[in-house]
Amino acid sequence: MSHAPHTHVIVPRSGWAPVELGELWEYRELVYLLVWRDVKIRYKQTVLGVAWAVLQPVLTMVIFSIFFGKLGGLSSDGYPYPIFAYCALLPWQLFAFGVGQASESVVLNQRMITKVYFPRVIMPMASVAVGLVDFAISFLVLLVLMAGYHIAPSPAIVAVPVLALVVVAAALGAGLWLSALNVTYRDVRHAVPFLIQVWFFATPVAYATSSVPPAWRMVYALVNPMVGVIDSFRWALLGAGGPPPAELGISILAITAMLVSGLFYFRRMERRFADVV
Amino acid sequence: MPSAIVVERLGKRYRLGEREPYGALRDSIARAARAPWRLARRLGRREPAEPWVAALDNVSFDVAEGEVVGIIGRNGSGKSTLLKILSRITEPSSGRAEVRGRVGSLLEVGTGFHPELTGRENVFVNGAILGMRRREIARRFDEIIDFADVDRFVDTPVKHYSSGMQMRLAFAVAAHLEPEILLVDEVLAVGDIEFQKKCLGKIGAVSRDGRTVLLVSHQMNQLRRLCRRCVWLEAGRVHEIGPGGETLAHYERALLAPDAAAAAGRVFRQWQLAGGGHIVRIVDGPVTIDLRLALAEPISRGHLGMSIYSEREELVAGWAFEPLDLEAGSRDVRITVASLPLRPGSYRLVFSLFDRGNNVTGGALVEQWAALPPLALDVPPLSHPQDHWAGVLNVSAELALADEAGADAPIVSTSA
Repeated sequence: MSHAPHTHVIVPRSGWAPVELGELWEYRELVYLLVWRDVKIRYKQTVLGVAWAVLQPVLTMVIFSIFFGKLGGLSSDGYPYPIFAYCALLPWQLFAFGVGQASESVVLNQRMITKVYFPRVIMPMASVAVGLVDFAISFLVLLVLMAGYHIAPSPAIVAVPVLALVVVAAALGAGLWLSALNVTYRDVRHAVPFLIQVWFFATPVAYATSSVPPAWRMVYALVNPMVGVIDSFRWALLGAGGPPPAELGISILAITAMLVSGLFYFRRMERRFADVV
Repeated sequence: MPSAIVVERLGKRYRLGEREPYGALRDSIARAARAPWRLARRLGRREPAEPWVAALDNVSFDVAEGEVVGIIGRNGSGKSTLLKILSRITEPSSGRAEVRGRVGSLLEVGTGFHPELTGRENVFVNGAILGMRRREIARRFDEIIDFADVDRFVDTPVKHYSSGMQMRLAFAVAAHLEPEILLVDEVLAVGDIEFQKKCLGKIGAVSRDGRTVLLVSHQMNQLRRLCRRCVWLEAGRVHEIGPGGETLAHYERALLAPDAAAAAGRVFRQWQLAGGGHIVRIVDGPVTIDLRLALAEPISRGHLGMSIYSEREELVAGWAFEPLDLEAGSRDVRITVASLPLRPGSYRLVFSLFDRGNNVTGGALVEQWAALPPLALDVPPLSHPQDHWAGVLNVSAELALADEAGADAPIVSTSA
């Protein structure tokens, strides 16, 4: 027992601290098990089970098609409106679910946080990752729908996994900020659904980016990083709008800024989690 | 023996304002509107805007590798805070600690257990939360189920388990942790006697393997059997460190005395003599009293009074310290009485604190506190052998026979 590979020096920390990636890697199994646990629990005791993962996006698509496509007559850049909307709903739901779950993650898991040590960042990370399972199912549904509309996927479809990671990064970036704020200010829990709703309307899910004046598109993509991501999804799946627009670059830049600042803010606030939560 | 845990001057303080667990954004905004510069300063730096209260104060001790050490103390004495700092759940505000080896902390059994998941699933999730690898859990899975005695229900959701079964399963996972250092908080109190014995055996085996255990418990007999050494915490400070049996005996004796912690006032938290304890053993010479205050608000030009009452409720002596200025927060006050020549016995100390004046000049009474435990004087009686005639003072006297020649006079002293 003379070896001491795990010596920890415990001292008060102050100021900003980066995320310890090595430690996160050590805890990768915990992330995996928490995701696995949440996925299992999500559909236990539900009559329809995993069918919900199919029903939710499909029903949303139907409602959008009726209200926005038919009644609202919104432009879908020449594609069938249901497919056009679904291609954007796919990343949007991953994002909205991730932000919603992540912002609650620290408060909901307060028992764990006050009783066990683990890198706290795991909590919002696992919450966002749970959405990937629904995403994968919805993606398969999309392929079926496209076949139904006789639309061949564009070869750029191989970019979807990468784009999904960008969505995850965006959801995590926002989720880190909101979950840390939620610990100190429980107002956040009431504000988040509203925020997501506003964000939804500010994002070209139900409508096309082409309805935004070209001069404003870059600013639009910078202020709302989901713009570039959603447009890229439409491009990757349908070939709409040509190769990834410059908006994606700007959006990725904005998402990176949100994620990095979120990580630092979270790390700074996490010191008080166990005392305040 | 090298140390597995080194704790040096560890402290943890909370803001008084943080008693309320969390705030509403509205309050912060309202505060910001009232004093924008203060908020700005507070956001910029961690400026103590509210007075602090110490949960742990200047705690130092060492644990050797392979040692089993018990942590004792009343509720709120800082035991759990100490374990939380050592398991890195919360951070200290001052001092440092070094922990050498893989740490497993068991502050609660069944953390992360979900009623919808089966026994098997929960074992894996809970094991991962406690820091076990998946392969490690898989390898010891049968052992765990066997220990918990739930093998027939492995694939049943734990919501159908009895609470006893849930506890056993949860503890079984924890018991199969293989850390080099195990931090345990009061979890041995679960389950029936039979199961408790099994757990005790397990901890004993863990320590025989040369692993280090730090154990918080209220069950004296468990501690007596397991711990070679005990650390006794009182109001966030180390009160005594020593061999298990001895420290436990002292602690138990103190527990039988009136509960000082329960009797603590809002402002007057506790008192003790400078050398520790509440028993004075000298007749002459100074007696120093350390008084611990927790002030929500500062005292300006106030008054601190101390009086001593005998068991017959006679006022024996009283003092006033004024004018007195005290900052808010945890404050230690030391009062030295030049001598306390009182008869052996038990005396009641009463403290009072006034702000902006005293009892006659219209000061506001902040608190009056009848201190517990009482002050005990364990000194030889120097005055009349019959209590009835001895009075209050314990002062020796001499008698000399006046010789007409004034030569060698035999002396009769009261203190033989």
